[in-house]
Amino acid sequence: MGVRSRLAPAVACILLGLAAAAEIPPGERRSGYEFMSRETRAIQDDDAGNPGMLWVLDGEALWNRKAGSTSRACADCHGDARTSMKGVAARYPAFDAATRRPVNLEQRVNLCRTARQKAQPLAFESKELLALAAYVARQSRGLPINIAIDARSKPFLDAGSETFHRRQGQLNLACAQCHDDHWSGKLAGSPITQAHPTGYPLYRLEWQGLGSLERRLRGCLTGVRAESYPYGAPELVDLELYLRWRANGMKIETPAVRP
Amino acid sequence: MARAIVNAPAQAKRGEIIEIKTLAAHAMETGFRRTQLGELIPRDIIRRFTCSYNGVEVYRVDLHPAVAANPLIAFTTTATETGTLSFQWVGDNGYSVTEIAPIRVE
Amino acid sequence: MTTRREFLVLAAASLAAPTAAKAQLDPNLAAKRKAAYEEALGKVVGGARVRAGRVKLQLPPLIDNGNSVPLSVAVESPMTVADHVKAIHVFTQRNPLPDVVSVHLGPRAGRAGISTRVRLADTQTVVAIAELSDGTFWSDSAEVVVTLSACLEEGLI
Repeated sequence: MGVRSRLAPAVACILLGLAAAAEIPPGERRSGYEFMSRETRAIQDDDAGNPGMLWVLDGEALWNRKAGSTSRACADCHGDARTSMKGVAARYPAFDAATRRPVNLEQRVNLCRTARQKAQPLAFESKELLALAAYVARQSRGLPINIAIDARSKPFLDAGSETFHRRQGQLNLACAQCHDDHWSGKLAGSPITQAHPTGYPLYRLEWQGLGSLERRLRGCLTGVRAESYPYGAPELVDLELYLRWRANGMKIETPAVRP
Repeated sequence: MARAIVNAPAQAKRGEIIEIKTLAAHAMETGFRRTQLGELIPRDIIRRFTCSYNGVEVYRVDLHPAVAANPLIAFTTTATETGTLSFQWVGDNGYSVTEIAPIRVE
Repeated sequence: MTTRREFLVLAAASLAAPTAAKAQLDPNLAAKRKAAYEEALGKVVGGARVRAGRVKLQLPPLIDNGNSVPLSVAVESPMTVADHVKAIHVFTQRNPLPDVVSVHLGPRAGRAGISTRVRLADTQTVVAIAELSDGTFWSDSAEVVVTLSACLEEGLI
């Protein structure tokens, strides 16, 4: 990673006056990939054996399938995803002018479906929505996460940061306590990662299937015995925005594999 | 929807041992899991995988619930002649998927 | 994800349902599963002697998640019509069922082996048996440590 790209988020921090108290220094950021065994990494590295590719293939089929009363496919407006979607997922969650708040990739897909295709939105965490998100995000694989924050999106970033640093649940734990302060430690035998969402939607061995960042966050919240937010909740999207911004510059790995 | 992914070389030299990787989309429900109400979720797995080369079976696997979801089966076969590699997965509840891969052998 | 109200309704219903699962663990579980493994092994080899060797069973020693563990078996064999591997069987000693996979192959395979991913319910010994064309049986085994087990109840998250 070049000096320029490493400085950019730091410069942005100073300009926007964002606190960088217990944050992981950019040079010490590690993807969850590095905390896995050699064998599990091999599953991710080989497209021929990565189960996430089954969803990516499904996503490709859906990309080309006509939908809604307009009978339009994603491809009809966006053409070949390999070119048109390159770099897109890297910018998500992104600010949506119409709803005046950031939206994640899944929400963006549904906004397109309802507004442009005049089709029913796909249910959160449905196979179809995951497949489309995986297909689109796969087109950014290898590219650095690139979340740009401006005056419009800053309040949402702050809200996400506040959630990340606030103690919650019956266990009274803040995300930052494990993922900023105790990464590389262990929780019940499993390594604590830095919680960078570089590979979503990803194939999680625990789920025996592909799932979204929101599914993982809801799992974490349940894990600290907090009331989990519903899919698509602003609290979750703000947190996703913060987590992705915190991982700026790290390479996208979708479809990643994780334990 | 993608039911299986097959990775096999499109061409090979006669006598060459080729590597084949297959991935099938299947939950491989073990029959040991329970719902939140305690009811057993019935078993639903792929039971058999077969690879045929120009109609002749060259590799067969009997699968049990201990095989992980979305099973990977990677193996080798000898490139004997030009033709078609055929892969079939058969399982519970009428599950049956076939994929083919042509192969040119010099 | 169930809400608190939904959970209470489900809990009440499960108390009322007499067919709700027995949650207690059988104290003889390990012994029963070991016996099941011996029986499954017996079905394959009969009374024949199983020799250690020629088979290489590879598993990660420490497993990220028992739900999907990469496993590969390779058997030394010229794989000719006269001398080849007919079958490869993989067993576990502590899973709910002992059988994992049975591979049926012949000289056309070129190399005798399989790579797949398996579920492991506990820290245990995994065994691979190769049946050769001359009727002999060879084996290898691997000890694995599993902290996150497969085959347990449905994940709530």
